[in-house]
Amino acid sequence: MHRHILVDVRDASVTLGGRTIWANVNATVAAGEFVAILGPNGVGKSTLLKAILGLLPLAAGTIARDADAGEHAIGYLPQRRSFDASLRVRGLDLVRLGLDGDRWGVPVPGRRSRANTQRVRDLVDLVGAGAYAHRPIGQLSGGEQQRLLIAQALARHPRLLMLDEPLDSLDLPNQASIAALIGRICRTEGVAVIMVAHDVNPILPYLDKVIYLGQGGAVSGTPARVITTETLSALYGIPIEVLTTSDGRLVVIGQPEAPAHHTDRHEHGPAAPAPGPEERDAVPSADAGAR
Amino acid sequence: MSPFTWNLLADLREMWSIPLLLNAFRAGSVIAVVAATVGWFMVLRGQSFAGHTLALVGFPGAAAAVWLGIGLTVGYFSACVAAALVIAMLPAAGRRGYREESAVIGTVQAFALACGTLFISLYKGFLGGTTSLLFGTFLGISSAQVVTLAIVGAAVLATIAVIGRPLLFASIDPDVAAAHGVPVRLLDVSFLLVLGATAAEASQITGALLVFALLLLPPATAQLVTARPAPSLALSIAIGLVTVWSALFVAVYSTYPIGFWLTTIAFGLYVVVGVVTRLGRVGQRGGRSPAVRREPMLDGTPS
Repeated sequence: MHRHILVDVRDASVTLGGRTIWANVNATVAAGEFVAILGPNGVGKSTLLKAILGLLPLAAGTIARDADAGEHAIGYLPQRRSFDASLRVRGLDLVRLGLDGDRWGVPVPGRRSRANTQRVRDLVDLVGAGAYAHRPIGQLSGGEQQRLLIAQALARHPRLLMLDEPLDSLDLPNQASIAALIGRICRTEGVAVIMVAHDVNPILPYLDKVIYLGQGGAVSGTPARVITTETLSALYGIPIEVLTTSDGRLVVIGQPEAPAHHTDRHEHGPAAPAPGPEERDAVPSADAGAR
Repeated sequence: MSPFTWNLLADLREMWSIPLLLNAFRAGSVIAVVAATVGWFMVLRGQSFAGHTLALVGFPGAAAAVWLGIGLTVGYFSACVAAALVIAMLPAAGRRGYREESAVIGTVQAFALACGTLFISLYKGFLGGTTSLLFGTFLGISSAQVVTLAIVGAAVLATIAVIGRPLLFASIDPDVAAAHGVPVRLLDVSFLLVLGATAAEASQITGALLVFALLLLPPATAQLVTARPAPSLALSIAIGLVTVWSALFVAVYSTYPIGFWLTTIAFGLYVVVGVVTRLGRVGQRGGRSPAVRREPMLDGTPS
């Protein structure tokens, strides 16, 4: 089993404002893998994602990204953005911007334009957003917006999809259906996924690998090997207990708390307002078969 | 000039035979198109407050121009563009909308108005002109002024044509746009400059206080009608032109000022369209089950 390696993190450390966020992190991500970055709040999971993207400099070590994958090889979905309710732009337009939003000049009708329109339609179908993609994005629920944002990130056929807490602030049914959608895209489109998550359970059935992050390093491997009492206790140096509930959910007890001085985590402002009850309507039945 | 007849074409032809009025229609048309286009992006970006401030800064600029005896047009443009540069220099402008900078922008606005009154008092015997500077006039637009308006307008439209798509991307979704290599910060600054030039254009017919009649109301009305970018932009321009032409037409025959007519017509259109689209939406909802109904977030928390 030697799959093509897309990302190779070696002995990497990141220092922000004179403080080491994490150090000696090693991990690899192969083509087509579904990988979760896990760890307690404030340990620097988003920072690892940004370091892999090349948005942050490393203090030590290297992060090699597959060189021959081209400039559009990565689709990136930053930590949850919510759109102003009054924003009068359709979901379709948002997806389209992911395709050609960086091009200067007036879009001219023609073969490329028609191909792009078709691509947007395919993407909307892929994420099951056909019923509401023509509505203004600000009026959609959190789960619906998240589907369209995933479609946008997939617009240029990336080989790697990087998602920063895409399940954050979604209700449980939507967490399950978005997780199923990402799992399905990973399998059917052959796109590798690196996803930051604070709860492994919604994505557990789809995961190939987890990267459990601590300040002094990271452990990576299959969920069954990493998320255990022994491994996590060794990683954090304190007694940690992993319990399995009768329905197969994992509960990690005794994770270290976030360091109190860690204030740079939410640099994109306060979290989005809590989703309203309307999100319960957003669970489509289409993904039920994808599990 | 003969009194109003119901033969509108004949009325219009008679108006256009007077150079002063013909210039007003020419200038008004240029301004309507430019303001509706740039205003469309302004509304989308949530920069109305910055737009309003840029327009107000035109007032001291124009007052100073009168006091110093240089052209009004020069006064408007230099003041507005300078103010755009100041706002663009504010730290992290645009990254989180303009909520955090609103106090600074408000400060600039207050100081600009104060300077305006100073320049007016320095130039004695200017009291009648103050009202025009603040609330607009369609009289006294020279042919040279029309040419200047057209050249600046063409430059603004050309800029928007080039940066329009990345600007839309950066306005809606700055983080992802930046990840796609869009120069978000550069676009922020460019748009503010374009907005400053546009506010200066519009001020010359609406006055500094009523620029929103052409800069905000047509795009806001168009965006109520449709969320599709191209049709919404086209509709915004059409509404701007209809507003300017009908306001000029009415103003010629009435004794009330042009600023009043422009604003009233634009506002009337906005209210009518707002009521009609709301009724339409309620009608659509009637056919759907209440469980599917989705209200927009009502708490108004900026996100």
